[in-house]
Amino acid sequence: MSAHARLVLGAVAYDPKVVTIWEGFQAWFLRKGLDVDVVLYSNYERQVEALMAGHIGVAWNSPLAWVRTRRLAVASGLTAHAVAMRDTDQDLTSLILVRADTPTKTIADLRGRTIATGAIDSPQSTLIPLGLVLRAGLRPGSDVAVKRFDLHVGKHGDHIGGEREAVRALVRGEADAACIIDANHLLFTHERLIGPGAVHVLARTEPYDHCNFTALTANGDSATLARGPLADFRTLLLGMSYADADVRPLLDLEGLKAWRDGRASHYQALEEAVDALAFYDASGRIIARDYQY
Amino acid sequence: MPSPSTTPPDASSPATTSTEVALDLEGLGLDRGAHLLIDRALATVPVGAALAVRGSASDLGLHLATWCRQMGHGFLPAEAGSLATGRIVRGLADERWSDTARAGDSTKPLSMAGHASGHWGLAARGAMVERGGPDFQFTLSERDTVWCDEAPRLYAQAAAAQWDPERAIDWTPPCVAPALDAAIAQILTFLIENENAALLVTARFLAQVHPHFREIMQVLAIQAADEARHCEVFTRRLALTAAGVGRSTVLGQRSLKSLLDEPDFTLASFMLAVMGEGTFLTLLAFIERHAPDPLTRSIMRLVVQDESRHVAFGIAHLRRHLDLDPSQRSRLAMVVRRRADALRNSADLNALVLDALVVLAATDLTPQAIGNGFDSVQALRAEMDANRRTRLGQLGFGTEEAAEISDLHTANFM
Repeated sequence: MSAHARLVLGAVAYDPKVVTIWEGFQAWFLRKGLDVDVVLYSNYERQVEALMAGHIGVAWNSPLAWVRTRRLAVASGLTAHAVAMRDTDQDLTSLILVRADTPTKTIADLRGRTIATGAIDSPQSTLIPLGLVLRAGLRPGSDVAVKRFDLHVGKHGDHIGGEREAVRALVRGEADAACIIDANHLLFTHERLIGPGAVHVLARTEPYDHCNFTALTANGDSATLARGPLADFRTLLLGMSYADADVRPLLDLEGLKAWRDGRASHYQALEEAVDALAFYDASGRIIARDYQY
Repeated sequence: MPSPSTTPPDASSPATTSTEVALDLEGLGLDRGAHLLIDRALATVPVGAALAVRGSASDLGLHLATWCRQMGHGFLPAEAGSLATGRIVRGLADERWSDTARAGDSTKPLSMAGHASGHWGLAARGAMVERGGPDFQFTLSERDTVWCDEAPRLYAQAAAAQWDPERAIDWTPPCVAPALDAAIAQILTFLIENENAALLVTARFLAQVHPHFREIMQVLAIQAADEARHCEVFTRRLALTAAGVGRSTVLGQRSLKSLLDEPDFTLASFMLAVMGEGTFLTLLAFIERHAPDPLTRSIMRLVVQDESRHVAFGIAHLRRHLDLDPSQRSRLAMVVRRRADALRNSADLNALVLDALVVLAATDLTPQAIGNGFDSVQALRAEMDANRRTRLGQLGFGTEEAAEISDLHTANFM
């Protein structure tokens, strides 16, 4: 770790490419005059706690990690800010898929059936779609059985494996429905995991946002984000251009064309699901049973 | 974080609907190549403008939304009652190609760049190369170092003259007297190690030539293939001898190693093609002339054809090089002197091979025949020397210097 880093950033190593991405960004930031160091975590909970403890100045957070940080911050008299996010983090949806050969027409028709999801901590393939099921009047675990695929728990569903297994279970007839993020529908169709006409979309959630760079300030502190390393970081980030050959391979790896201003306005569905499914309490404590990361 | 997918340049802005082009995908979905038609249609509208798309493929609206998000385009689902599935707002995905340059000029024949950039890498000459790729380290990337105008012609000639050892040669086992059989076995053993060296030296430089100089790469590649084929036919002929594989000498190996160790393309090319293979042409012709069996003779005839091209390329390359920089001539002379010094302590004539050549030319072991054979080999060495001087003359060496350099050439021939 650089002893003089002006900004320490936390990221979760959900894949080996994370090292490539952040070493690349780190060098790019340094060339632009900003000394950023990166600490990699094996799970988001530890990263959130490190941000709260001041070990890192900004966290590349999953949506669920954002929700927990926001709650912990409020409980501590701080404010959490969504500093920036990818263009590809905005307005995502999740899908509940069913086999085309079943008579299921509404979520209510899933009563007494089995719904396959990703990992316990996946916003897109577990929490948000199960929140939709709840809003339709079915209680997951009692009205509808949940077949969960707990791959890489602690990484908040960053790994695609859980969603792939959920769809496999649906296709094999081991589940009656499966929850995935919208982009994976096209991917799984390409892969022929979803055969032509084999499944249809039973329900689609409202749009929500995914990851963001999260930073904390004291309540009422506007200076921290307006100037200093965090402000420099945000300015440089938003200035990255897909036309810049130095940074483009990193943007490709990270899956974006442009960074956008962060917005905290599109996490409501997840906030509600976290409450309804008792994942974190209002002050950000982990209350989910079976959550082993 | 993993990359889900999304919305780009202000897809919500009504201002983006100014230009509309309709694209009907009919039943084609994004799971079966619809992106090809969308990309083409999008290329006709400016960034920020919209393309109305419709189609009947299953889940098309869903797939368009996620595909657009991943590609950096915006997507506006159609309102109820619209014929379209939605509108795509062209984003910045093409910025990937906004600052690119071509890998040299392919529009004019043989218009090679003076320096081939490492950034061009393996790209075809004239290709549009995306920036940000790896920087290749081809050590032979200067036109003046590698290029030779005769390369395209020599390559075409070589490609047309390739021969199949199986079909070009009648492999009927020959019946040869034991003494001649043993002589042929020793000669072939010697030839194989020389071909191994020629193959490796050529292949090593082949891997160092920037692919921008495609024709040079092709010539070296086909030369390497030639040498591989020579190894094969010599080995097959050797397998038909009663005497079997012969001996490999320290002199031979040391001499060839000095060729392999030469890192400079021009110097190695001079030693291998002009001095070595040039000398070999005379040797192979001698073996063809004296071999007692049609099999050996036909092998030598075919190999001579290939080696003649190798020598022609070496001379053409060096002539261009020396025309551009005559001072290089002294470097060429120097390398022969240096090699002669290095081999001085072991510079006894390669007796095993010379004796085998004497027996081959003698045809039998009577004193008179051996005497004749010896005379023939003496004449061969004189002929080799004369031919070397001629080639050195073609490269602009004066008579005296050509004589000195030719005289210093390795006793191992290659």
